[in-house]
Amino acid sequence: MKISAFHLMPHRELPDDFEKRYPSVWVTPPWHELADAGRVGQYYNWTLDELLFAARAGFDGVCTNEHHQNAYGFMPSPNIMGSVLAKQTNGTNVAIVQMGATLPTSNPPIRVAEEYAMLDCISGGRLVAGLPLGSPMDVNLCYGITPMEHRERYREAFALTMKAWQSREIFAWNGRYYQLANVNLWPRPIQQPHPPVWVPGSGSISTFDFAVDNEVCYCFLSYSGARSAKAMMDGYWKVVTDKGREPNPYRAGFLQLVVVGETDADAERKYARHVEYFYHKCLHVPAVWFAPPGNQDYRSLVAAANNPVRRAEDPKTLKYRDFVEKGYVIAGSPATVRDRLKAEVVDGLRVGNLMVLLQIGSMPHELTLENMDRFAKKVLPDLRGLWDDEGWVNHWWPEKLRGVKAPVTKAAAVAAGGA
Amino acid sequence: MTQERTIAVWQERVRLRVLSKGSGPPLVFFHGPWGLTWDSFLDLLARDFTVYAPEHPGTTPGVPDEIYQLDGLWDLVLCYDELLDALGVEAAVLVGHSFGAMVACEVAATSPRRARQLALIDPIGFWRDGEPVVNWMTLEPGEMRKRLFRDPQSEGARRMFGESDVEKESVAARVRIAWAMGATGKFIWPIPDKGLTKRIHRVTAPTLLVWGKDDRVVPPVYADEFMRRLPDARVQLVDQAGHAAQVEQPETVARMVREFAKG
Repeated sequence: MKISAFHLMPHRELPDDFEKRYPSVWVTPPWHELADAGRVGQYYNWTLDELLFAARAGFDGVCTNEHHQNAYGFMPSPNIMGSVLAKQTNGTNVAIVQMGATLPTSNPPIRVAEEYAMLDCISGGRLVAGLPLGSPMDVNLCYGITPMEHRERYREAFALTMKAWQSREIFAWNGRYYQLANVNLWPRPIQQPHPPVWVPGSGSISTFDFAVDNEVCYCFLSYSGARSAKAMMDGYWKVVTDKGREPNPYRAGFLQLVVVGETDADAERKYARHVEYFYHKCLHVPAVWFAPPGNQDYRSLVAAANNPVRRAEDPKTLKYRDFVEKGYVIAGSPATVRDRLKAEVVDGLRVGNLMVLLQIGSMPHELTLENMDRFAKKVLPDLRGLWDDEGWVNHWWPEKLRGVKAPVTKAAAVAAGGA
Repeated sequence: MTQERTIAVWQERVRLRVLSKGSGPPLVFFHGPWGLTWDSFLDLLARDFTVYAPEHPGTTPGVPDEIYQLDGLWDLVLCYDELLDALGVEAAVLVGHSFGAMVACEVAATSPRRARQLALIDPIGFWRDGEPVVNWMTLEPGEMRKRLFRDPQSEGARRMFGESDVEKESVAARVRIAWAMGATGKFIWPIPDKGLTKRIHRVTAPTLLVWGKDDRVVPPVYADEFMRRLPDARVQLVDQAGHAAQVEQPETVARMVREFAKG
């Protein structure tokens, strides 16, 4: 399987009473009260250094993402970060996983197609092209896109992007939201017919259909762990099967928060406060902003209203041990982490493309590197060979990197023998 | 008795349910962002007028997705032009609340002859940086209700929000209101200033502006924006009322509108 290091680039030093003093971490947090540009420059550099450390440590990919006007994770342009990573990892087998630039906030959206093509060229064909819908906070509240048009715009922009990468002829795009008389991308991506595409989602049924119909890797970016994602991912796999596709585990990606200590107690001692900081401060957003009226289609709105879904817990009432117990965070010794990841995420959800978030909330630079190092040395080798025995091809990974097996593990050797 | 009929416009792609009642000259009521509720305000108007109350596209039960047939305000205004033709209404008293008042004003600006008189209750349509219109779509439901009404527990407020002891009915009401906000929000997100300043000079009809004194969504100072652009307009403030003046004070607002429209 493929395991990538994900990063949000959060504000690491919010005041202790942040969530009491301010109504939201997103859209409205006042910059001048909370941040300092010089210090934030340090955060960006730490973030790049941490991802480059992960790349050297043996991760298969490094992930960036786009968010706006917030202290939760503020890479407004993931491609600026991705560009540094692409350049600095040349000569390695690490994928540049952009999770990614948001189509509805890019106008015209072929800007994303162009920049991704640049990244693919710079990296020598190592790009994974994440094409997210974008969160309502980013797209509707910060960037002013009408909630009811958000998904329509996304779908049109998605189709335009795919065509822009693949068309050999110059074409005119006469769309509902975008009109371009001469689409003729310079540059084009190295990977043909186009870089592998991942679409992050949060469990809505219409996105399952979209992902399968478009043959992309569906990625569930969850902060509440694999256990609560189980029913959702089962729903995804049902759509995959119903539409007559093979249950290739590489059709699925999942993001999991992970902290690794020498022992379970060591993990708690080192990471507990950073995990609590993340859930208490970085996710401090009014609930209605996750679904302003019109953002969900009618079918999803009705489904959500009628499902007395176990009312999402308020994470502010939970502590480190709750987060660990519930699987929001997989934490502990290398053995604990490995076993839980394997059972709950990889096997439980049938995930071939795993993303792990190892810098969490206020976690400082040195501790982040420690967490990454321990994961890379003591957990990653035991996971890498999973799925190899079933012989699936990861069509959603850059082709030139698919066959690369970093340090050969037992499972990998078995797969090679059986191939 | 309220009558209802559903009329298809926009090449039959958009179906609009129209509630109507009364006899006399025609009066068209355009509802606000929370959907159409036939209430005592409309009953009172129906004493003097034939009241037609259409539902905005996408808010008619059973056809939510028809809202996707429209791209913007221009399409919406033309839909209503077709609807008025289908109703056989050449000209009418146009009344609207909030978003619906903006629509009434846009219809009157597009086809000035359509409006005999114009009555706008807590209308949106303009923007002042110093007194921003509150985006109700970004408020938590409880907070929104407090913002909207002077008395969020009043009979009218409860009716408008479809409160019910039956769980199934409250869920249906929540869906109805959320979808109505989304479908109307399509035309005004994220700032409800969509060019009325450029078009309002075309309105010729005498205009009554009715404003809840305690409107904390669109403060009554916005009446100035209308007053200085309309040729024949007056303002009446309503005591003990917020952004839905006709819901909180139906008798007072109905009297104001009837006196204005009859005179």
